[in-house]
Amino acid sequence: MLTLFALCLWVLVLLAAVAVPLGRHARAGLVLHAGCLIASLGFVAVALGVLLTGEPVESQPLPFGPPWAPTRLGLDGLSAWFLLLLGIAGSAASLFAMDDGASGHPLPPRALPPFPLFLAGMALTLAATDAFLLLFGFELMSLASWALVAAEHERPENRAAARLYLGFAVLAGACLVPAFGLLAGSAGALDFAAMRAAPPEGWRAAAVLLLGLLGAGAKAGLVPLHAWLPLAHPAAPSHVSALMSGAMTKIALYVLARLLLDLCGPAQPSWWGVPLLVLGAASALLGALRANLEDDAKTLLACSTIENVGLITIGLGLALAFRGADLGPLAALAAGAALLHALNHGVFKTGLFLMAGAVLHGAGSRRLDRLGGLIHAMPVTALAALIGVAAAASLPPLSGFASEWLLLQALLAGWRVSDIGFQVLAAAGAAVAAMAAALAAAAMLRFFGLVFLGRPRSPRGAGAREAPIFERAALLLPAGLTVLLGLFPGFVLGLAAPALQGLVGPVIRVPARGTWLAAGEGATGYAPLVIALLLALLLGITWMLVRRRSPAATARGPVWNCGFVEPPPHLPFGDPLTQPGAAGIAQPLRRMLGESLLRAGETVDMPAPGETRPGHYAAGFTDPSGPLLLAPVARLRDRIAAEADRLRHLTIRRCLSLSFATLVGLLALLAWLEAR
Amino acid sequence: MSFGQLPYDVSHLLGGGMLLLSFVLLYQRRVGAVINALALQGGILALAAAWQALVQGAPQLYLTALIAFGAKAVLIPLALRTLLRRLDLHRTVETALGIGPSLVAGVALVALAILVVLPITAGSRAIAREDLALALSVVLLGMLMMITRRNAILQVAGLMTLENGLILAAVGVAGMPLVVELSTAALVMMLLVVGGVFVFQIRERFDTVDTGFLERHRGEAE
Amino acid sequence: MQVFGAILTQLLHLLLMLAAAPLLLGVTRWLKARLMGRRGASPLQPLRDLDKLLRKRPVLAENASIVSEAAPYVAFAACLLAAALVPSFSHGMAFAPFADLILLAGLLALARMALALAGMDVGTAFGGLGAAREMSFAAFAEPALLLSVLNFTILAGNTNLDLIAATFRDGALGLRVSLGLAAMAMLAVAIAENGRIPVDNPSTHLELTMVHEAMLLESSGRHLALWDYGAALRLTLWLSLIAAIFVPFGAAPAGSGPLAWAIGLLAWLLKMGVLCLALAWFESAIAKMRVFRVPEFLGAALLLALLGAALLFVSTGLA
Repeated sequence: MLTLFALCLWVLVLLAAVAVPLGRHARAGLVLHAGCLIASLGFVAVALGVLLTGEPVESQPLPFGPPWAPTRLGLDGLSAWFLLLLGIAGSAASLFAMDDGASGHPLPPRALPPFPLFLAGMALTLAATDAFLLLFGFELMSLASWALVAAEHERPENRAAARLYLGFAVLAGACLVPAFGLLAGSAGALDFAAMRAAPPEGWRAAAVLLLGLLGAGAKAGLVPLHAWLPLAHPAAPSHVSALMSGAMTKIALYVLARLLLDLCGPAQPSWWGVPLLVLGAASALLGALRANLEDDAKTLLACSTIENVGLITIGLGLALAFRGADLGPLAALAAGAALLHALNHGVFKTGLFLMAGAVLHGAGSRRLDRLGGLIHAMPVTALAALIGVAAAASLPPLSGFASEWLLLQALLAGWRVSDIGFQVLAAAGAAVAAMAAALAAAAMLRFFGLVFLGRPRSPRGAGAREAPIFERAALLLPAGLTVLLGLFPGFVLGLAAPALQGLVGPVIRVPARGTWLAAGEGATGYAPLVIALLLALLLGITWMLVRRRSPAATARGPVWNCGFVEPPPHLPFGDPLTQPGAAGIAQPLRRMLGESLLRAGETVDMPAPGETRPGHYAAGFTDPSGPLLLAPVARLRDRIAAEADRLRHLTIRRCLSLSFATLVGLLALLAWLEAR
Repeated sequence: MSFGQLPYDVSHLLGGGMLLLSFVLLYQRRVGAVINALALQGGILALAAAWQALVQGAPQLYLTALIAFGAKAVLIPLALRTLLRRLDLHRTVETALGIGPSLVAGVALVALAILVVLPITAGSRAIAREDLALALSVVLLGMLMMITRRNAILQVAGLMTLENGLILAAVGVAGMPLVVELSTAALVMMLLVVGGVFVFQIRERFDTVDTGFLERHRGEAE
Repeated sequence: MQVFGAILTQLLHLLLMLAAAPLLLGVTRWLKARLMGRRGASPLQPLRDLDKLLRKRPVLAENASIVSEAAPYVAFAACLLAAALVPSFSHGMAFAPFADLILLAGLLALARMALALAGMDVGTAFGGLGAAREMSFAAFAEPALLLSVLNFTILAGNTNLDLIAATFRDGALGLRVSLGLAAMAMLAVAIAENGRIPVDNPSTHLELTMVHEAMLLESSGRHLALWDYGAALRLTLWLSLIAAIFVPFGAAPAGSGPLAWAIGLLAWLLKMGVLCLALAWFESAIAKMRVFRVPEFLGAALLLALLGAALLFVSTGLA
């Protein structure tokens, strides 16, 4: 099994190496991404193999690695679950990118080599059995994706996004290295088995919690460390954005789960769940609200990713809390919700980002205010998008609803932890999760309605073409999987049993019975297959009866629109003012929630009577992380830069003495540490 | 007594009803509706007192109930309504703290009341414990209303809610002495306050007869 | 025998819902008219309207897509399935194991989404406006609903509607303040979800009041009939839900015979009548509120439900 995995990794590395000299060849993109597709399918096969047998696998020591300890590749249930997700998302993204010549938007050659490295980095992070390899993979993933974010660096906003992204990636690394260092303890054993054997206690455990949350949270886009995500994800080419949103944030969550639920041991107290719960709830609410206010399709999807990352974090936090309170089945429920939602979100968000890419290729824009009515020109894309949107809006019987159902059940069981503070917190968390789900539905309606329904908003959008063949296949793959995952969540969760046992304990039953999802022994359940069949049955009967009563076909006529008059002939798509735009659809939520949470505001610039200039309306908002977090950090950076600048004016003698003092200081530190 | 027993459940429900009405008082934007809710709360207080009289077998509490009903559910609301009509006061609630934030603050105060009362009363019977928490919540909400509303009538309403809460606490504790006297004394104070507002408002009216006075008061209306 | 009874009651329940929905709407309108001193149209009027509309063919705008054609059926089927899950005269129906409250919210969300998509399909100002408002209201209604569900879950240990109703019917819980608070929250959510006064006015087409009606402006013929029928079903479903949870008395227990069903039916009709009267009275006594005051209304419901849950935390801690 691991041989296949290692082979896939080698293929990816080789592809990256070959892509450097051959990147300018016309078919380079096709071949490279076909190779990535094969490697991703290999990942899916390996992951399914591990999950089906349920036995963790581990390789012989690798021929390379750090000198102090042998490095091994290995996959257990948890990493195989996320590898499955990575394989699916990677396959769809690679398939999509195979069309890059045909779509008329060829990728720049410099965007080719980092892509396989990005995939390889994520796979390596998952297959690591020691901290060194994990961090190596994690940093490889960060650097490769940074190169992809910066690939289209002609535009200044992409450069700014890449810079910010790199800053947060450095922060993530800088927090995760000491976190693993603390876990390794004084013995310095970096492999996971040794860490599990000696779980941290006291201040050390608290520090691991804090550093892990900061490090993995910065990479996953948890509030308040989310500022980079809505900028960086849209800046990358679409298939990379899909992979970043669908898979990379999940890898960060994998690191979080691995660190806090697995390596820190099962004996951690119940309150460990509280910070995760609070941060997750804040992310869910803020992400969902921002998704309602953005007017760029990919930024909107990126904000929805923040929301879903928040929901998954809520699940992990609840699992920690329940496990600490000795409520094993409930911990399994919460962890199952988190795992299932990670997979579901990975799949449908990959599809949605690819769909945004297809729309960008076909209709020439990502801005909601330049699209519209694409359902006529791009029916296949619209169908795939509708499925993805319905899943993201957590509508039954699709996949998003199944995992959200589990999550809400876990939140509703929060009162069983017998501490009134936590009970109230869980109740508030339930309210926030429900609100985030409803807000996500509103955002997805706005997204689909503005892009695919209504009338075109620009001439380029009116001349849209359907996506080419590979892109269509790449869209239909996640859409089909979304339907399947929605109809059979019980089986899928059954696959996750080894992963669940890794998270919450060995003798845990999966919260599912056959195709049912079950919230506990004898408790209520959700049977999506039956519900889907019943819905289809009622739909069929209704349709038959109604059509028997009124067999006439529908007639077509001019739009009624409350009797508004026909537009003048110089407006071929109708009067644009009679169709709501992105700012208009966002208006109710901007006023109801945005004003208080995001300092949203609107300005109307009306010309005085007699003036001929047009009136102007602008709506905007400020994410609180900007003034509260980024601005102080930027000021601090400037201060440090100013201080460092003074060093440049030192003489050579002083420079040398500075280095010498540093060296002596380090040696002294070493001597002191050895003496202890 | 505990859950599932009728005497406890009914008194609990009546206390909960008073708490709910306190929230209604905080939620309303029109003075007329506030007075209605206040009358309803007085009525429920009378019911609660009568129920306690029945359950505890303490006939003097019937007197409290009667007084509460007569004064709080009928007389004072009528007086306030007359005041409103005769003096042509503005009908909208003027807030120092918005409706939404004051509701949130109200919930926080209830949580505070629960957290304070439960440990203190540990060991006594459940009926006293939760009812006391409810009564304290009503008192705190009344105070909140007095702080966050600008109209004189609403401050009277807040004071009355506060006093309702105190009487609810008093009748709920079996065998508490001087309940009737206490409630009567409180009532007299209430009447004095209402009368005081009456007189004060009339003086105000005579002092300023220009319409600018009205304009200023309509400033915050939407 | 038990299985047969379950299936039979389920079918009867479905027919009852389909038959009662337009009637309940008609009765409410009639009562409201009487309360306002008008004579009012006959309670059968919605049935006649439906019958007329169902025979007519719809006229769609030239740029309408498949969404406009499919959405009415999807929304109606979702509403019908949701209505089939809420018990009326009997418990233990065939679909009872699926009658999960969160699923119910999901099905209603599906219907709402279909309606909003249809509203945006042609690209008219009113449709988009109504869709945006409807989804925004839902963002406040859903948390309030979920916290009410939390109250029931703590008391009954379950989110299954049938089990909750059966637990409450046994009366072992007594009267609970929390249930009263949850009832207020549920009523507010029901009003918002059905677009009744004070959140929305179901009987006008004025721009200022338009949420639900705004999305239907482009539908006609059988499509309009399906939308109206779906809305009537939703109203019936919510009234039935409130009755099933807060006044579950009289409904036939699982596995009982036709006599119990008849009693349950009478009890259900009585409850529906009282609720219709209350709704009509409330609607004629109160004015519609501004759109941007709706969050306050639903936020108050949310806080009440949270308060109820907090009181329950305390009392479960005491017991």
